[in-house]
Amino acid sequence: MNKAYQKVYTKLEGITKATVSLHASGVSNDELAVVGGKLAQVVRTKGDLITLQIFSGTEGIPTNAEVAFLGEPPTIKVSDQLAGRFFDAYGHPIDGGPEVEGEERQIGGPSVNPYKRRQPSQLIPTGIAGIDLNNTLVSGQKIPFFADPDQPYNQVMADVAIRADVDKIILGGMGLSNDDYLYFKGRFEAAGALDKIICFINTTENPPVERLLVPDMALTAAEYFAVDKNEKVLVLLTDMTLYADALSIVSNRMDQIPSKDSMPGSLYSDLAKIYEKAVQLPTEGSITIIAVTTLNDGDITHAIPDNTGYITEGQLYLKADSDTGKVIIDPFRSLSRLKQLVQGKKTREDHSQVMNASVRLYADAQNAKTKLENGFDLSDYDHRCLNYAKDYARELLAIDVNISITEMLDTAWKLFAKYFSPAETGIKQALIDKYWVK
Amino acid sequence: MKTTGIVTGIVSNLVTVKVDGPVAENEICFINLGGVKMMAEVIKVNGENASVQVFESTRGLKGGDKVEFEGRMLEVQLGPGLLSSVYDGLQNNLATMENVFLQRGEYTDPLDRQKTWDFTPIAQVGDTVVAADWLGEVKEGWLPHKIMVPFSFEGEFKVKTIKEAGAYTVDTVIAVLTNDAGEDVNVTMVQKWPVKIAIKGYKEKPRPNKIMETGVRVIDTLNPIAEGGTGFIPGPFGCGKTVLQHAIAKQGDADVIVMAACGERANEVVEIFTEFPELIDPHTGRHLMERTTIICNTSNMPVAAREASVYTAMTICEYYRAMGLKCLLLADSTSRWAQALREMSNRMEELPGADAFPVDLSAIISNFYARAGMVVLNNGQTGAVTFIGTVSPAGGNLKEPVTESTKKAARCFYALEQNRADQKRYPAVSPLDSYSKYLEYPEIVEYLDKTVEEGWVAKVLQAKNIIRKGKESAEQINILGDDGVPMSYHVNFWKSELVDYVILQQDAFDAIDALCPLERQRFMLDLVLDICARDYDFEDFEKCREFFKNLINELRQMNYSAYESEQFWAYNESVKSMIA
Repeated sequence: MNKAYQKVYTKLEGITKATVSLHASGVSNDELAVVGGKLAQVVRTKGDLITLQIFSGTEGIPTNAEVAFLGEPPTIKVSDQLAGRFFDAYGHPIDGGPEVEGEERQIGGPSVNPYKRRQPSQLIPTGIAGIDLNNTLVSGQKIPFFADPDQPYNQVMADVAIRADVDKIILGGMGLSNDDYLYFKGRFEAAGALDKIICFINTTENPPVERLLVPDMALTAAEYFAVDKNEKVLVLLTDMTLYADALSIVSNRMDQIPSKDSMPGSLYSDLAKIYEKAVQLPTEGSITIIAVTTLNDGDITHAIPDNTGYITEGQLYLKADSDTGKVIIDPFRSLSRLKQLVQGKKTREDHSQVMNASVRLYADAQNAKTKLENGFDLSDYDHRCLNYAKDYARELLAIDVNISITEMLDTAWKLFAKYFSPAETGIKQALIDKYWVK
Repeated sequence: MKTTGIVTGIVSNLVTVKVDGPVAENEICFINLGGVKMMAEVIKVNGENASVQVFESTRGLKGGDKVEFEGRMLEVQLGPGLLSSVYDGLQNNLATMENVFLQRGEYTDPLDRQKTWDFTPIAQVGDTVVAADWLGEVKEGWLPHKIMVPFSFEGEFKVKTIKEAGAYTVDTVIAVLTNDAGEDVNVTMVQKWPVKIAIKGYKEKPRPNKIMETGVRVIDTLNPIAEGGTGFIPGPFGCGKTVLQHAIAKQGDADVIVMAACGERANEVVEIFTEFPELIDPHTGRHLMERTTIICNTSNMPVAAREASVYTAMTICEYYRAMGLKCLLLADSTSRWAQALREMSNRMEELPGADAFPVDLSAIISNFYARAGMVVLNNGQTGAVTFIGTVSPAGGNLKEPVTESTKKAARCFYALEQNRADQKRYPAVSPLDSYSKYLEYPEIVEYLDKTVEEGWVAKVLQAKNIIRKGKESAEQINILGDDGVPMSYHVNFWKSELVDYVILQQDAFDAIDALCPLERQRFMLDLVLDICARDYDFEDFEKCREFFKNLINELRQMNYSAYESEQFWAYNESVKSMIA
């Protein structure tokens, strides 16, 4: 990697688990370097003392390691050749194919001028009613799954990706287990979607700090297809919790004062830089981001899910439903902030009222359940709610549902009529008159 | 001669500069990165080393790069053309930037220099004037935009010349003023002002004595905000902060609205400038965008400019207030601003306060809220800046430094509850935790007596009490069971549900329900209180539930019907017959 006439330094002043420091001159911020054969990036300049973050860790680096600066921040070569390829965190092929040829672009570039954006308005149907009915997705949106590690979030994400009508699917895998990586690969292959897939993979076998490059690699590739090629791009990022963990490792080694949950104080901005790449451009081009943030035992007050929730346009929760034995999309805590941009506009007029009524009745069922658990008698209404809840969970909330939005609405009306009177649903009279199943 | 310096240290957007002359706190400088000039602000000086926060990405910056200091603080340009504009935190016009991506060092003019404005003089030759006095007026859309003696002018001036009525560009000298020393100074339609300093130039700042209507029942009826008042909306994510704030922006009774999107989602800003040009201001019948300025520093834009954005927004509000206008500033979210302060404090390795925030956070927040208020201008007219900020407490826990500091500074508290949001009871404003200090102001009580109804505040408190009693009853029912409590508990509970469903809850996405004028709020509250004042007896609690559920349904249909329409009265009749 060394270039001719390049100055090579051989005296490190300090080494931590993730960083090294040395005296050097003419070094620019964010520039890449090679330290003892490992890729590194400038993260701090203090006089002529330069601190470098070593992506693959500092194990085995001696104080006399050769350091050469490359004069440029990390880049990726973009062209149509990216399609169908698998890369590591540095953008090197891991599928045995040739290096990609194309225009070299810096990753983590500037953001889109907000004024040049357009309001997202394209529906992304997934067939999963817990998403389409209650938390409709829109192109240009950014939304994570909040899930415990044992939940099948990668499966749901693969379902969504395969069913979504998009031109490119870019998978950024951070700390992905090798099994999950092969699972994604297998699903995409089986769906015949390989030609529109691009993967940047950092598995658990790779060093953690390398992960920091993955989202920027994936999103720079996404920007190429969305901005230059006017394509609809879906970016999948899993698992952002492991990404944030890598951030905290680096900031910790740089002696920064940690804020909540030992995360760096800049966590919000760091995550926002990634998620805000989701965009609807004035052309047809768009970037939609679906991410995974794993939780510790459902704790959403931890700094990672908490900051994420403030950045993303909603979140989707998976939950094991004890009534039906199925995994459902939790209707209470899940939210798609952009849903009103398409509900009733790109879908049927009764969509938002049906959604609200069905969730409200499901909430009444939860109250009845609490009463039952506390040993109280249930009213007739409580019983009807409980029965409704079971049907609702099985026929609409479960992640194995795959029907059209109109079918979802019809199913909901069917359940309303089966268990309730029109007044109990609280739906506008005009809609009751039109859709109530007699 | 300008002070210059060279870059000696870089950590993210904190840059250390070795300077060769005097520098001031908050002074602006430009760092030269291969010909691109990046704006930065001095935040600390130590000997000959100045720490500056750069308003751009520092990628590629090197030790030894050159810096030029400007000898001024961060300023905004104030003049006709601010309304309808979309600016970044440093007042660059985002609409006139050419690239899809924001380029470093691309600074655009906040005002249109070519456009002409129809000017009418107010002052006359020979008049004695001081800073903030009105010299003339142009029509900015429908709004009478006053051209004032610049706020920075000290002492008295005599008007030497003033332009006749006519069309002029903003840079035209519209008046020449003479100071005590006999020196002439030119005044154009544009003046500059440093954003971190409050604009004074008014006679006094009395207590607010009116309420600002928002059309949101849970605010106007239960916790009204005063014109020139302050309030804040804390809440976990997903509880409807943004929807509530947009509702206030759309419906708030103000002449000028400035929305500061501070470290928030870009799509929310897009929603504003996509929808507002189409939406109609319910008070004037004009397009909403005509009265709106957007200051947009979204979460992925440079962190340092986030802090500047709220100050820029406030300064623009103060400018319009000096014209005798009612301004409303909405900042979403002040927590992001506090986080920006935290990031810088952290990089400067200052000793941290609670949750690693800087120790002076509380003081910074209260200083900022103090810039709001109603003022009496030199000419006796009044103007107001009402400020509502949102707070995004970490983990939804209100015991965190930003919420606590804001609570000390703001007079209205609109706490959003996760529990209510989970049940889709929107707006999820907690009826019991939220408060408006203005209900305790005798001036406001008197105002409400006159404009809404005699004894209004007592009625509001009555409604709150019904909710409180209902909550207590609900707790007892949960403990003892439906059969274990007297019927009155069920009745109390359902009365509170009635208030909840009919008054507190409001459908922000329904064309009619979204906007509920004060007169309609009065009608509905009177109706609901009338229902709740009656005694009811039922055979069993099932009957009680059914009765109230049906009643609630009719009342909700009423909320969805146009006020005083045939349909509305039909539902009203139906309600009356149910309770008869």
